[in-house]
Amino acid sequence: MPVNTITQELKNEVEDLLSRYAQCIDDDELESWPGFFTDSCLYRVIPRENEEVGLPTAVMWGDSKGMLEDRIVALRHANVYQVQWYRHIISNTCILSVEDGVICAQTNYAVFKTCNDGESTVYNVGRYKDLIVREDGVLKFKERSVIFDTHKITTLMVIPI
Amino acid sequence: MTSSNRMQWPANADHTAVPYYLFNDQDIYNREQDKIYNGPAWHFIALEAELPQPGSFKSTYIGDTPVVVTRGQDNEIYAWVNRCAHRGAEVCRHRHGVSEDGTFTCVYHQWAYDAKGDLRGVPFQRGLAGKGGYPKDFDKTQHGLRKVRVVNYCGAIFGTFSDETPDIETYMGEDISFHFKRIMNRPVEVLGTTRQYIKGNWKFYSENTKDPYHASLLHLFHATFGIYRSSQEGATLINNDVHSVLWVINSKEDETALEHAKKDKLRTYQAGTYTLNDPSLLAGQKEFDDDITLVILSLFPSLVLQQIQNTLAFRQILPKGKDEFELVWTYFGYADDSEELRNIRLKQFNLIGPGGLISMEDGESTELCQKAIVQDGDYTSVILMSGSDTKSEGHLVTESAIRGLWKGYRKMMDL
Repeated sequence: MPVNTITQELKNEVEDLLSRYAQCIDDDELESWPGFFTDSCLYRVIPRENEEVGLPTAVMWGDSKGMLEDRIVALRHANVYQVQWYRHIISNTCILSVEDGVICAQTNYAVFKTCNDGESTVYNVGRYKDLIVREDGVLKFKERSVIFDTHKITTLMVIPI
Repeated sequence: MTSSNRMQWPANADHTAVPYYLFNDQDIYNREQDKIYNGPAWHFIALEAELPQPGSFKSTYIGDTPVVVTRGQDNEIYAWVNRCAHRGAEVCRHRHGVSEDGTFTCVYHQWAYDAKGDLRGVPFQRGLAGKGGYPKDFDKTQHGLRKVRVVNYCGAIFGTFSDETPDIETYMGEDISFHFKRIMNRPVEVLGTTRQYIKGNWKFYSENTKDPYHASLLHLFHATFGIYRSSQEGATLINNDVHSVLWVINSKEDETALEHAKKDKLRTYQAGTYTLNDPSLLAGQKEFDDDITLVILSLFPSLVLQQIQNTLAFRQILPKGKDEFELVWTYFGYADDSEELRNIRLKQFNLIGPGGLISMEDGESTELCQKAIVQDGDYTSVILMSGSDTKSEGHLVTESAIRGLWKGYRKMMDL
């Protein structure tokens, strides 16, 4: 099978990666979250209003798995915030290209947030733009840009999207 | 206490004991919009760098009043209230951009204004086929947009609605303008914006930015990762009661700790703390002539200018009612930044903003307070750290700047 072909099998595999990623966060297994990325990676959560005009400022920005791990340690032990859960709904996954084994994909997402008071709100809506590679047979994110439309962030952002 | 009594400062309160109803009262909120936001105060509304060419514009707010900042064909900066003089519609419907012909046209009846806010064109002014039209004495010069007085101070655009607002340096005071100029010392490059919406009264956040007491107690990032900070020296400077600068110098010991962070793993000072897997987050660059690594400049009522390590940002406080406000962060570097320094800033932005490892708790603390005071408006806070006066101090173990805020607030509010 040529490495650059977009097959149904590859699409299923990418969708499985995206689903497991969302499940990991929603199930509060955040210590496993950095494992979805390659050691050298780029994860950024950036407002659409910045991305569209080429301004680089992101709300979260990590260029190594180590930085992502540090964020989770901070979330568990340093940062102060209200108990909260995410529920990701993801859809419309498109594989845009496959070149030299790098899969470029785009997916819509919505994150609902539920706090202690029991109220669920639409917390953050946007799209993932991903560069995915195969490492030891497993698909991982080389780059994950979370480009969010909901540029009014309620209270704070502590859990990754 | 009834609402009318709340327009007088209670007998049991002063600037060391502030009644909580001030944070949750619609009449107080309305008076603030009138006396403070529409009164003799300067409000940061844009960076000049956000308006690079004639026709450039940016929509923002002063208090809860929508305003648009523009650059005219004459290259000057103008601002006006974003409300059509005709029937009240929003004129500019974009967040920012460039008006190619330099005009701003209301979509409702196409009244057209120039960048200064002057009315240039009115459709059917003379009527159609001899019918209708405005009276002969209709004078376009009398129907411009409500104008905002602006000043460009070191590349930062400030606006005020009042003719009585003193010049910007007098308004700031000596220490505040010194520190403002220290940061805004050369042309800047805008790096982006984030917006945080907080369900709390805007003054809880004002207090927070004048409060060095909470820094190492609420924000546990440094302590958790074993970055020793108690050797820091700094000061609390207060000008004209309501404005303040908190600054901090990292002493030699901290330098050593940061060196450790860069070279190997962060040194752990006590058992049970963690180390950063990727200490590059804290690898900074010295970029000022002094050793100051943190400045929180709070210009009442609506601006915070900050330097935290290599992060530079303006924070605009925009009240959205008595118990909500929006915090707009505008991040910047300098136009002559090296690529390396620019990348350091982008990485260190992890520390600040809505997801900031050392700042996200400020939104949380504001909401914590707002939730708890709802039924207890007549109780007061305790603002006594380091005594009861409102003077500048050569240390950070004080609430003097918060006391200054309330002393000045009371005066401005005529309470």
